[in-house]
Amino acid sequence: MAEIEWPWQYSFPPFFTIQPHAETKARQLQAWRTLVLNFHKVSKQSLLDVREAHQNSLFSNSSIDRKLPVEGILLVLEDLQKTGNAEPLDKTRNRWLIYWHTLEEWAALIYSWAQASGSLNSVCTFFELVSGDDTTDQEFYGLDQEVLSRALQVLESQKKAEIISFDDNQGVKFF
Amino acid sequence: MDRFEYADPRPVQSEEFLMRENGVKLYDGDNKTTFEGGEAVVSNTRILWGRPGDIPRGQTCICLPLFYVVFIEEEQRTFSFSSARKFVLHLSEPRQGKAQGPVTWSQYNFVKLSFKEGLHHDFMAILQNALVMRAWEKLQLGPTPATGSQSMADRKWRSGIVGIERKIEEKHKATDESISLAFQDLSRLMNMAKDMVAISRSISTKIREKQGDITEDETVRFKSYLLSLGIDDPVTRGAFSNQNQYFQSLSRQLAQILEEPIKEVGGMMSMADVYCRVNRARGLELLSPEDLMSACRLMSTLQLGLCLRTFDSGATVLQLSDHNDSIIVENTAASLEEHGSLSATELAKVLGISVLLAKERLLTTEKQGKACRDESLEGVRFYSNLFLTREE
Repeated sequence: MAEIEWPWQYSFPPFFTIQPHAETKARQLQAWRTLVLNFHKVSKQSLLDVREAHQNSLFSNSSIDRKLPVEGILLVLEDLQKTGNAEPLDKTRNRWLIYWHTLEEWAALIYSWAQASGSLNSVCTFFELVSGDDTTDQEFYGLDQEVLSRALQVLESQKKAEIISFDDNQGVKFF
Repeated sequence: MDRFEYADPRPVQSEEFLMRENGVKLYDGDNKTTFEGGEAVVSNTRILWGRPGDIPRGQTCICLPLFYVVFIEEEQRTFSFSSARKFVLHLSEPRQGKAQGPVTWSQYNFVKLSFKEGLHHDFMAILQNALVMRAWEKLQLGPTPATGSQSMADRKWRSGIVGIERKIEEKHKATDESISLAFQDLSRLMNMAKDMVAISRSISTKIREKQGDITEDETVRFKSYLLSLGIDDPVTRGAFSNQNQYFQSLSRQLAQILEEPIKEVGGMMSMADVYCRVNRARGLELLSPEDLMSACRLMSTLQLGLCLRTFDSGATVLQLSDHNDSIIVENTAASLEEHGSLSATELAKVLGISVLLAKERLLTTEKQGKACRDESLEGVRFYSNLFLTREE
């Protein structure tokens, strides 16, 4: 896992307390958004479980002994959800998918790769897309299956692709 | 008979002789004594008995202090051929420290006076009158009756409504006296306090004149002592018939005495401090918290340079009317920058103000976006608002 470069806020104790002052709070949340997306981008982890968030260095800085409380985490996640950068997986809002690129962005990225690599009108398995030899230099290489599936669904709704299920595997055909 | 004392017959202090009779014989209880055919004088404090001519010459005779006399009655004449009239004087127990007398001990608690040569005066009336006047208490002759049983016995013959009324009246008098005695010290203290204020004034003017002679620090300290010394004419409720007037005057006085100290502590003072300061300055005429609050509420309408302010947290302070939050915010932000981060307690120490006020300052600063908070297990600390000031 690549090392993330922590922003200055991460070692600033007030960062871990949601600020009451509106303007300050907006800036603080902005910083958290950037940090959360950046963290997941670097670690290529899309899944976030709020209940386990404190075991993770993202929301707790042991060197200054500060943790963002769960309410704070939810606030950040809800803020991300508004811009399509996060989505809860269950109704209890405990498990979240983090999209450092929105699904539309992912869809566009994948489609432009398909165009560039001449994969239009042919079928690619999901496995080929995220773990295949042809995509190692692509940003979506190693992307979470669930995120990939959702991004492709976006393409499907744009009539640019069709998801095909066979056996226990899934593939996609680009148009 | 053992209540009799040897005494100088000359009148002492304001003693008055009320009557004089000759041919008086004394009985110890029912028994005859050798004191017969003498001269008896009743004064307003005692009954004197002496051999004929002794009393006018001022020679030692015997006397019975009147405070011993509990009850007087005239003995019924049993023998019609005797012209002597006898009076029985019932007496209380002998007092301690009694002067020596002709008899050291007697089994009787009464003596009889027999007037063999008849009476020229109304002995009964005169004596009873003397007993009512209780002149010996004023002259402080002998110990004053103290115990309840004795005074009860003393007044046995005063029965009926008049007696009860007198008793109540006397009780009132006694209470009144003890109260005024208790407050004597206080009024003296008040008098002294006025002198102290005068002294402090003269000292402060002297200091002003000789400002150069002592260091600035000492002057300041001395001034603060003087300022805390007191108000010489506190506004009291009693001086006003009207509640409104009272509060207005009180409000004016408070504004007058508090303006300086509030300026000194940075333009704001918590109500607890105000209350303590005011009441310390008033000394004895203490203010109730309600009166203080009512007076402070009036300050803004009276435009006295001070006003009451309630923070969002509910904390109430008295502050200068021209008090400017932005200055406070700037100062607090500067302290934050200087120290990196501060808790309310630390800021209170740095500025020498109360924790409550320090917290309000920090909250005000936060409200203006110049500070941000860090809530942790150790409590709330405030930092400079790097979120807004620091460039990405």
